[in-house]
Amino acid sequence: MTTAAELFDIALIVALIAPAVGQVLCMIRLVIGPTTGDRILALDTMVINALSLVVVLGIHQGVTVYFEVALLVAMLGFVSTVALARFILRGDIIE
Amino acid sequence: MSLFLVVALPFFGALLPGMMNSAGRSACAGVTFTVSLMAFVGLLTNLPAVMAGEVVTARVDWMPLLGLNFTLMLDGLGFFFALLILGIGLLIITYGRHYLSRNDNMGEFFTYLLLFQGAMVGIVLSDNVLLLLVFWELTSLSSFLLIGYWKHLPEGRQGARMALAVTGMGGLAMVGGMLILGQIVGSYDLSVILQNREAIQADPLYVPALVLILLGCFTKSAQFPFHFWLPHAMAAPTPVSAYLHSATMVKAGIFLMARMWPVLSGTPEWFVIVTSAGLVTMVLGAVIALFKHDLKALLAFSTVSHLGLITMLLGTGTAFGALAAVFHILNHATFKAALFMSAGIVDHEAHTRDIRRLGGLRRLMPITFAIASLAALSMAGIPLLNGFLSKEMMLEEAHHTVLFGSHWLVPVMATLGSLFSAAYCFRFIGHTFLGPVRDDYPHKPHDPGAGMWMPPAILVVLVVVIGVAPFLVQDFVFMVAKSVIGDAAELKTKYIKIWHGLVPALYMSIIAVVGGLVLVRTHAPLQKLWETTPRPEAKVIFEAIVEGAARMAQALIHPLHNGSFTRYAMIGVIAMIAAGYHAWATGTVAAPVRELQVAGPVPIAGWAMLVAATVGLVAMHRHRLLSLILIGIVGLMVSIGFVYLSAPDLAMTQFTVEVVTIILLLLALNFLPNRTPVESTVPRRIRDGVVAVAGGLATFGLAYHYMLREAVTTPISEFHLANSYKGGGGTNVVNVILVDFRGFDTYGEIIVLGIAALLIFALTETLLNGPVRRRLLNRVPDQPRSGDMHPMMMVVLTRVIMPVVLLVGFYIFMRGHNEPGGGFIAGLIVSIAVVMQYMASGFTWTSARLRYPYHGVIGAGVLVAGFTGIGSWFVAKPFLTSDFTYVRIPPFHKFELATAALFDLGVFLAVVGAVMLSLESFSRLARRADTPESEYPMDIDPSRDDPDTAKMKEGV
Repeated sequence: MTTAAELFDIALIVALIAPAVGQVLCMIRLVIGPTTGDRILALDTMVINALSLVVVLGIHQGVTVYFEVALLVAMLGFVSTVALARFILRGDIIE
Repeated sequence: MSLFLVVALPFFGALLPGMMNSAGRSACAGVTFTVSLMAFVGLLTNLPAVMAGEVVTARVDWMPLLGLNFTLMLDGLGFFFALLILGIGLLIITYGRHYLSRNDNMGEFFTYLLLFQGAMVGIVLSDNVLLLLVFWELTSLSSFLLIGYWKHLPEGRQGARMALAVTGMGGLAMVGGMLILGQIVGSYDLSVILQNREAIQADPLYVPALVLILLGCFTKSAQFPFHFWLPHAMAAPTPVSAYLHSATMVKAGIFLMARMWPVLSGTPEWFVIVTSAGLVTMVLGAVIALFKHDLKALLAFSTVSHLGLITMLLGTGTAFGALAAVFHILNHATFKAALFMSAGIVDHEAHTRDIRRLGGLRRLMPITFAIASLAALSMAGIPLLNGFLSKEMMLEEAHHTVLFGSHWLVPVMATLGSLFSAAYCFRFIGHTFLGPVRDDYPHKPHDPGAGMWMPPAILVVLVVVIGVAPFLVQDFVFMVAKSVIGDAAELKTKYIKIWHGLVPALYMSIIAVVGGLVLVRTHAPLQKLWETTPRPEAKVIFEAIVEGAARMAQALIHPLHNGSFTRYAMIGVIAMIAAGYHAWATGTVAAPVRELQVAGPVPIAGWAMLVAATVGLVAMHRHRLLSLILIGIVGLMVSIGFVYLSAPDLAMTQFTVEVVTIILLLLALNFLPNRTPVESTVPRRIRDGVVAVAGGLATFGLAYHYMLREAVTTPISEFHLANSYKGGGGTNVVNVILVDFRGFDTYGEIIVLGIAALLIFALTETLLNGPVRRRLLNRVPDQPRSGDMHPMMMVVLTRVIMPVVLLVGFYIFMRGHNEPGGGFIAGLIVSIAVVMQYMASGFTWTSARLRYPYHGVIGAGVLVAGFTGIGSWFVAKPFLTSDFTYVRIPPFHKFELATAALFDLGVFLAVVGAVMLSLESFSRLARRADTPESEYPMDIDPSRDDPDTAKMKEGV
């Protein structure tokens, strides 16, 4: 096995574990809070971490279709955050 | 004219009067008359063939595997009844036009009437018993609508309900009877059943089938002990009573007995049940009729009595009895419809039908008097009128009938029935028209216009013509009787004669008429006696039975089905665990064949978070917003799980659904308190917890079990994978399953989705129009609100991203057939794009830019999908057969065009419409009085207040 391929493998594993650790940290933030704002932010960060997980999984398994899932998550992931934030700010999310 | 047209015309025509309502009352009646006339003429074109003894048929296979075919047949009996239904229908339509007042909705009335007419013609022309049952139920339903036509009258509503309950129950019994009959013969075609007299009568199931079918006939034709609904149905408008309750619907039971006569009659069971029911009904109805003061009630009971007479004649099982029955059906239809119409005229002109307030109308209403008297005298059995002829035949038949070993029973009862019959006829004439003119009528009576008296007059002309010259209809009546009898018996009589000589029937007739005169003379004391005698009140008994049945059903259902969701869930979970355990404990369990795989750290982290989020959700479920955030995590983790397990389709769907769900729940949460209160007791929560844990463990056990073993049978996925490209033209199996393999399911699902969205819309609309509206409008927020309703950054961002999202939606939709995606996901993506605009720029701004209402979008989706399915009929393929081809338009690459894509477009539209309609309905509910409704997208817009910009705009 060439050094490049070895390096790639290591990078892939690190890239896979880093967002996973990030997810767990976000989860901890979500549990301890203390405000709802913190929790919504934690959820939003989790969406971004999930995005990177999907991309890395795609590279790992060599499937391009996953990038479209990533596209969807990137494009629409902020909508629920916005909705939750609006709910705290205004109570009514469509007014 | 084809039989299909004769049956279909009234049904299709039924649409017209309802639509013509605004064109005026005459237009409504006119179009109804035209439709009936066309059907009538169409029927008459078949007369030569029928008179020649042929049977006209028409056949289309509907559901041949079930034995349900749309086959029609026209023989003498069917022709006779269809003639009555359509012919009297024409008279009733004319009469009804003048009877109904300006306040009545005429279009509605005639629509119901035509529906009924079509159903009735359908019954008498059906050649398939299952088809006949369909029409049978249709008459019950349409007569329900007609009886309850005056919705503001409680009697009308109660009468309609009672009629529907009784006839509906009978219909249900008949379904059973017909199915048994079909099983015995092996065919549901009447023409086949009628050929199998011996096989049916020898079968051990003959008696149950007979009883069930007779239940249907007796309830429909108001035979004792089900006679009670007919008088209560008299709350209907008089044209309905004249049509349904004298000439047609109540004769449906009689028709069926006549239709089944060749195969069912002639056995001791048939003879005893039918003859005695008919006999009792005849006497009872006649006795009660004599003491009724309401003209229509009197006629109703007299109808009951005459139906009993016909039933008794059919019950005797002899050819002469059948002949007399047929003849009496004809005669009764003519004189009774005329009588009902006359009673309606009296009611219409004098504003009362109470016989005690009438009398002396002879001079005030001479035309009505002539019509009513002739008809009533015919009913009483006076010579030279048609009622006399058939009544003589009935008495003649009764004279030869031996019931329960007694030679006297039937003749005496028949004479008694005729005697009371004559008495109430004389009372009808005497107490309404004869006697001195009074000065206390509720309204000064006079003869109505020709439109009202003409229809009964035509019938009375028939009464007299048949009475004087029976030979005119003789051939026809014999032809009909022969088609009733079939090969089951031989008809010996050759003529219908007015004078039979001094036979016993004549003496019985004389006794009846003289006795009737005596009874009318002594009516006043008899009435007093009648009123002091205690009698069971049918309505009270009926209601007690209904009440009891309802209570029993409640007691049975309530412990299981009390409206509490936790209870359903608990019962469901326990049942599933028990069934699963039973299967595992009694079935064969194969040995595990697969190895457990090792999980990496990343999946374990994901799994741990999923578990943590779920546990957190259970622990914190009382804090509603927090639990929503946790649900978001669960959804996210499940989506990633789908990606990890190579199901990108599911991941995309899961993710978009998650976004829409959170928005919907937040909209709802706006009206709810932040915390769920504790409502149930501790033991109850422990119990629910135990059930939940057990359910979870069972699911785990099942999953674990199957992970270690091969599937029990070959999974269907093999088939799908093999045929997806070959048969469906797509490489994305998930999408091909949705739009092709299980396209019909999907079609049903988008309809359900649309209905659910419309329901949400209807519910919020009701709330907004009700008393809740004020409370909703004046809500005060429970916590301080941020000042910026529509932040500029959000507005700009969502505007910019909108076309991008739409493009992605289009892309996902277009390639859905071959790669992950499709109409459902694309629909969700586009909905989210629109919801973003709602959230950022506000409800008012977005609604103002909406070009198509969401209802229409849903409808368009269902229609597009439906028409795609129907399209395959044009190439003689079953519904929703898909096809595909490859085309090449330079400079593009070769690409595929599939009908499935069109179907998918329907799915797409339905999803967009349904999602948007439900979200929009919820947010409409949240409008408050104190929110300024801005038509600008942003609350703070620097350019708007800038004087230069304003000038520029004015300049433009």
